[in-house]
Amino acid sequence: MSEKERDEFTGVETTGHDWDGIKELNNPAPRWWLGVMIVTIIWAIGYSFVYPSWPTLSGDGERGGTTGNIGWTQYSELAESQAEILARRAAYLERFENASFTEIQQDPALYAFAQAGGASAFKDNCATCHGTGGTGGPGYPNLLDDDWLWGGTVDDIHETIRFGVRANHDETRFSEMPAFADIYADDEVADIADYVLSFSTDGAFPARGKELYDEQCSLCHADNGTGDRFQGAPNLADAIWFYGGNKTDLVAQIKRPKHGMMPNWNTRLDANTIRQLAIYVHALGGGETE
Amino acid sequence: MSDTAEPIKFFEKRERAYPKRIWGKYRKLKWVTMIVTLAIYYLAPFLRWDRGLHAPDQAILIDMPARRAYFFFIEIWPQEVYYLTGILVMAAVALFFVTSLAGRVWCGYTCPQTVWTDLFVWVERIIQGDRAKRMKLAKSPWGFEKIWKMAATHSLWIIIGALTGGAWVFYFNDAPTLLEQIIHLDVPWDVGGWIVALTFSTYLMAGFAREQVCMYMCPYSRFQSAMFDKDTLVIGYDVDRGEPRGKHKKGDSWDGRGDCVDCTMCVQVCPVGIDIRDGLQMECIACGLCIDACNEIMDKVDRPRGLIRYDTTHNREQRLAGKPESTHVMRPRTFWYIGVLAIVGGVMLYGLLNRSASELNVLHDRNPLYVTLSDGTIRNGYDIRILNKTHDDMVFELSVDGLAGADLRVQAAGDPDPGALLVYADGVAHFRVFVTAPKPPAARSPITFTAKNARGDIIETYSGIFLSEGR
Repeated sequence: MSEKERDEFTGVETTGHDWDGIKELNNPAPRWWLGVMIVTIIWAIGYSFVYPSWPTLSGDGERGGTTGNIGWTQYSELAESQAEILARRAAYLERFENASFTEIQQDPALYAFAQAGGASAFKDNCATCHGTGGTGGPGYPNLLDDDWLWGGTVDDIHETIRFGVRANHDETRFSEMPAFADIYADDEVADIADYVLSFSTDGAFPARGKELYDEQCSLCHADNGTGDRFQGAPNLADAIWFYGGNKTDLVAQIKRPKHGMMPNWNTRLDANTIRQLAIYVHALGGGETE
Repeated sequence: MSDTAEPIKFFEKRERAYPKRIWGKYRKLKWVTMIVTLAIYYLAPFLRWDRGLHAPDQAILIDMPARRAYFFFIEIWPQEVYYLTGILVMAAVALFFVTSLAGRVWCGYTCPQTVWTDLFVWVERIIQGDRAKRMKLAKSPWGFEKIWKMAATHSLWIIIGALTGGAWVFYFNDAPTLLEQIIHLDVPWDVGGWIVALTFSTYLMAGFAREQVCMYMCPYSRFQSAMFDKDTLVIGYDVDRGEPRGKHKKGDSWDGRGDCVDCTMCVQVCPVGIDIRDGLQMECIACGLCIDACNEIMDKVDRPRGLIRYDTTHNREQRLAGKPESTHVMRPRTFWYIGVLAIVGGVMLYGLLNRSASELNVLHDRNPLYVTLSDGTIRNGYDIRILNKTHDDMVFELSVDGLAGADLRVQAAGDPDPGALLVYADGVAHFRVFVTAPKPPAARSPITFTAKNARGDIIETYSGIFLSEGR
């Protein structure tokens, strides 16, 4: 064995590694560092017995790994937390189930329960179309204002959520405006649009527009354009437009009406969630009382 | 360089100090300080302070779960934590001030590290004997005597540590209740965890780390030197009087030699293990024990006291120049410290005296910013929080001003009247509020919310905005 080279300044052996004339000394690792390493190794051995650590080929144990001495897994912890929340919720749920909408709206605890559940269900299910703030967009109703196609009491809202609009359900809300492009010429449609705009703007309109409106449109939208919620006919006299409020939008809608669709949620959500949603939407600001 | 060259040492090996027992003016002061500070520490949580039914009656309490801190007549909520900041600023400046006047007296007399180390050394001395015996015991091989003495010392240290940690948790819990729980060994796990952690940190810091805490861990000990100037009182060995030092036999003449008899008593009593005769050192905590030791010796050899004493550099210069000594307490440095103390204290006092019993917070909706209603009016939504810091339930009347035709509605269970909103004692009430108004001319209109309590003695206002698309 050849003699080890020693650093002349410190007298420590070198490792023989040399970088541009700088030699690495063979100092031992600091003792505290070594101690920490040994402790972590011991810790790891204990840990691997106590907690799930080793994958198994056979898929023994929960989810294909050793289960560990104390039987803890992330899955069991999740299940525990969920059970805890469900148990906490159960206390309210029973009261909630047996209370009417009016009772819930008078009871601060139940109301808060409905709000919390409704808010979370809304963001999961409704926000896709109506927006996280419930403001909707062209073709998707704004749920914050006081203009309701199918009624704004909490019972109306509840029914709309349950059975949907133009959905695949016997009791769904249904309305269909004919395509007037098949009946009227373009200039006639334009006159009707002018007349419809006059409800909300008091603007001038050609006599033919009123004539044609009274003939075809007033049956659903009423003589003065206030609409009919029973038929789902929008109010044309207020400041809120479903598919846009300028003349071009109106002409397009009269000629080839768009028809939105909302699913019937009774098959997707449980009854209590739908009730929570009804109360939540009603409280967004536009809810009506009986 | 030769093969025999000493390897370079990167770390200094610690020499453990075995402070010798001493008695004197400063030792007495240290005992008194220790008794007073420890008594305050252990007994303060048991002081009671009546705050009525809705608040705890503990004079000093930090209630973490309820997020309240109580200090006698002061009660703060989490958002008022700036009072704590203020106290810390004042404590720091007060430390600067005292340090610039008298050096590191905080370190020497009142710092918990010093107090507990002192206590631990006292325990050590009672069981193992004084300096020489302790040093001998440390060197001696393990035998029955060493084992029982060490075991007794460390057990007592741990007991003191446990009492220390045990006292700490009283500041965060109702002390009498917790005391009962501790006696029945029925403490919540978090409280138990703190007691254990503080027991061992005390044991470690006061039993083993000792002066190393001051030398390597504590930032204050380092930057306190920056507050020193030549008028600062520091412990100093009077070189001019002491040197040349040397042994002295009774009857020998004092002519031609210094007063220092080189007895090394000042070194033996030093808790940080330095020789003060080498001049002021970073390690010195200004505890004055070397003064006591030297005075005792000076009395014995019949020389005047004060060979080691609190003195200023300025005084030494004066003496060398043959001028009278003089102390300058008021100097620009101390003046500034007092000024800062007065300003911070004044701001705190002002804040405390003008602390509002309630608060009104208004948060405008972000999604959407406004809603157009069917009749063309605009509605804005707000989340409003009313804080009631008093210990009585209060009823508030909420209103809006500054916007023509504005109507206010509270959306909550039971459709509450905005004119009578109940906010529970020591609580925060949250209200969902809608303000509806004819479309204002500007996209952004200022609006003022006012919450007034029923008695009319509390009026909180909040300047908010009302948004619309504008006309």
